[in-house]
Amino acid sequence: MTDPNTLSPLDLETPDKTFLDANELVINMGPQHPATHGVLRVILRLDGEKVLGLECVIGYLHRGVEKIAENRTYTMFNPYVDRMDYVAAVSNGLGYCEAVEKLLSVEAPPRAQYVRVILTELNRIASHQLWLGTHALDIGAITPLFYTFRDREEILKIFEKYCGARLTTHAFRIGGLQYETYDGFEKEVKNFVSFVKPKIDEYEELLTTNRIWLERTKKVGVISGKDCIALGVTGPVLRASGVKWDIRKAQPYANYKNFDFEIPTGVNGDTYDRYLVRMAEMRQSLRIIEQAVEGIPEGPIMAKVPKVIKPPVGEVYHSIEAPKGELGYFIVSDGSTQPYRVRVRPPSFVNLQALDVMCRGQLVADVIAVIGTLDIVLGEVDR
Amino acid sequence: MREVIDYIQSYLSSDQTPGAAGNWFWATVYVLLVFVGLSIAVIAMNWLERKILAHMQVRLGPMRVGPHGLLQPIADALKLLLKEDIMPAEADAVVFWIAPFIVVLAAFTVFVVVPFGPTHAITDMNIGILFMLGVSSLSVLGIVTAGWASNSHYPLIGALRSSAQMVSYEVAMGLAVVSVIVMTSLNAEGTGTLSMIGIVQAQQAQHTWFVFKFFPLGLVGFFIFAVAMVAETNRAPFDLPEAESELTAGFHTEYSGFRWSLFFLAEYSAMIAVSSIAVTLWLGGWLRPFPDALSGPTWDLVFSLFPGITFLLLGAMCFYNAARMPKHPLFRIQTIGLAGFGAVLALIGLVLFAPPVRDRVGDIFWFAAKVAAFMYLYIWYRGTFPRYRFDQLMKVGWKILLPTGLVLLILTAGAGFLEEPVKEWLKRVL
Repeated sequence: MTDPNTLSPLDLETPDKTFLDANELVINMGPQHPATHGVLRVILRLDGEKVLGLECVIGYLHRGVEKIAENRTYTMFNPYVDRMDYVAAVSNGLGYCEAVEKLLSVEAPPRAQYVRVILTELNRIASHQLWLGTHALDIGAITPLFYTFRDREEILKIFEKYCGARLTTHAFRIGGLQYETYDGFEKEVKNFVSFVKPKIDEYEELLTTNRIWLERTKKVGVISGKDCIALGVTGPVLRASGVKWDIRKAQPYANYKNFDFEIPTGVNGDTYDRYLVRMAEMRQSLRIIEQAVEGIPEGPIMAKVPKVIKPPVGEVYHSIEAPKGELGYFIVSDGSTQPYRVRVRPPSFVNLQALDVMCRGQLVADVIAVIGTLDIVLGEVDR
Repeated sequence: MREVIDYIQSYLSSDQTPGAAGNWFWATVYVLLVFVGLSIAVIAMNWLERKILAHMQVRLGPMRVGPHGLLQPIADALKLLLKEDIMPAEADAVVFWIAPFIVVLAAFTVFVVVPFGPTHAITDMNIGILFMLGVSSLSVLGIVTAGWASNSHYPLIGALRSSAQMVSYEVAMGLAVVSVIVMTSLNAEGTGTLSMIGIVQAQQAQHTWFVFKFFPLGLVGFFIFAVAMVAETNRAPFDLPEAESELTAGFHTEYSGFRWSLFFLAEYSAMIAVSSIAVTLWLGGWLRPFPDALSGPTWDLVFSLFPGITFLLLGAMCFYNAARMPKHPLFRIQTIGLAGFGAVLALIGLVLFAPPVRDRVGDIFWFAAKVAAFMYLYIWYRGTFPRYRFDQLMKVGWKILLPTGLVLLILTAGAGFLEEPVKEWLKRVL
């Protein structure tokens, strides 16, 4: 792994500098750039088209979410977490609710857990669909974007029917769910599963064996499993490098241990493997949803949680497998109604530091592909 | 007065292009016709591309401006003309100003030699194809100057990519073209030609389109050209110079308003230009399909009805869609407009059935139809393919297309040289 101290592209005292390097070009990409997925600014140091190094400048979307948490009650902060990874708001909510539940030592009733799993997995599919569309668009295939957005719409419809919001859902409450599922929820989810299965094949048809797609993604942005672990990279990026690490299996939360699913892994750790891993993950999510809808029990949807949440003094770290990787919440309670400190471990932020390692020696076009394949959401990076 | 009319009429009975006949009046008329036709084609292409691409991508495309968005290109053109014309403070003003004009000039001048029919060309040059390749490659000059004059990084990289791409693909393209020129030398008269009209006439004389000549050699040459021409016009999947996800808009990042629209115009007319080269060289130019298998006056008549039928069908399509329009008072004007457009198309169709018109537009129609097929391919590529990376693009150009082109050229020459002796020998043996 490269020593992070030498990573600055603006460091002009590179020891092996020769007169040939005199034509280095420093290019500023973003924060207003069509392919940086929001307001990421990347300063590239180029030799012709070859990337010698890059530096990410972040913070353009900083809203101080963690600081806000210190001035809100536990319940009031719940909707704020949806605004971090707004593509996978349900996962964010799940992580936060479970963290606070852990602090309170309560557990959501089984029915609530099943609904949580269904919605979270639906959200994982939606997030991966959005990733696929934008990633393919970055590489120049404009059509998959519209296919994925068409099908993502069906998921958003289910969210909307369930909780009234499409994107920032605020679907869960501390201790369970606020709303019982609507009539025909199970049927609609089942319909969606059978609807989207052939659609995933359709996306694959456009890309998986496409020669240009293969050339653009194979051996691009390679990162080894070791480097991933050293950099703290998680999620599909880590799994594509061959490390079988999925918190749903490793440290089961919600009731994932009751479901039968596999962890897809890659071999080469390149962009193509990450693509395959995410495609396989969508199918696995469908499997989980199918099982959850079949086994959804009757019963209460809310655990016994006091009206005013006042957790005992202490701290808790709880992490879940968000679509983009490990999403962790570290909450310190001082016994009052407001958390003393909330620290979020966002997958996008941590994964983003692998960008430089993955892009060195590649071409400018690959930087775009790698940003796409890291699947970052700037709302989560900057918080 | 009498002399002027005679001068004008003298051309109508000739079997030459106005340029070759030295008829200034008709040459001017043809120049204007080509210019107007090309502008209409670019406008239509703009609309069609958005519509076809939209339908490939499960959306509707422009629907608001005019019925089915038919007036969208006009609205866009107006918007571009009315936009503020921004020139970066650090730009080299003169070069920045000239660059789009070079590109447009190169793209339009090419059409001087495009043969829409045996007499329907502005002029017939004996070096037609050389002229076309030469002038169309001038546009790279405009792109490089545009990128350089913008004095900004993205356009500079875009321009460098573009020049490298166009120069390297021109080599492969040239080899494919040379193989066709070799084929023309197998005429009955035994003379090769570089004239665009001559090349089509050679195909007529040899009773085959060159794409089928020495199967599969002609096909391979056509394939090389078809790939190279997409790269040459910077279109997907070779649209690196303007790869929007990487370079924002490539060499024209700093251009806006009218100047930008000139690049747009040039890109589309360049697409039409290279497509017409491909059609002329491999697909028999203005010749109708199956001139030999379905020959005779009856078939001639049937094929001569095609232009009229096409326009009638387009008109019928408009009427059908007008009937499907929502029956809301707000849609009344749109419905009437669409029906009116259909009526105009149908009227044109009827006019095209009239024998004197029919005989004169048949070749133009077939030429345009073949070019239109290429235009559709362009849109299809754009909807299907991701974008090549720069090094991969170069690899395709130099390591695949160029060697294939060289081998093809040698094989074609060999096939042409051996064709007669082998036939003789076969005759003797059998």
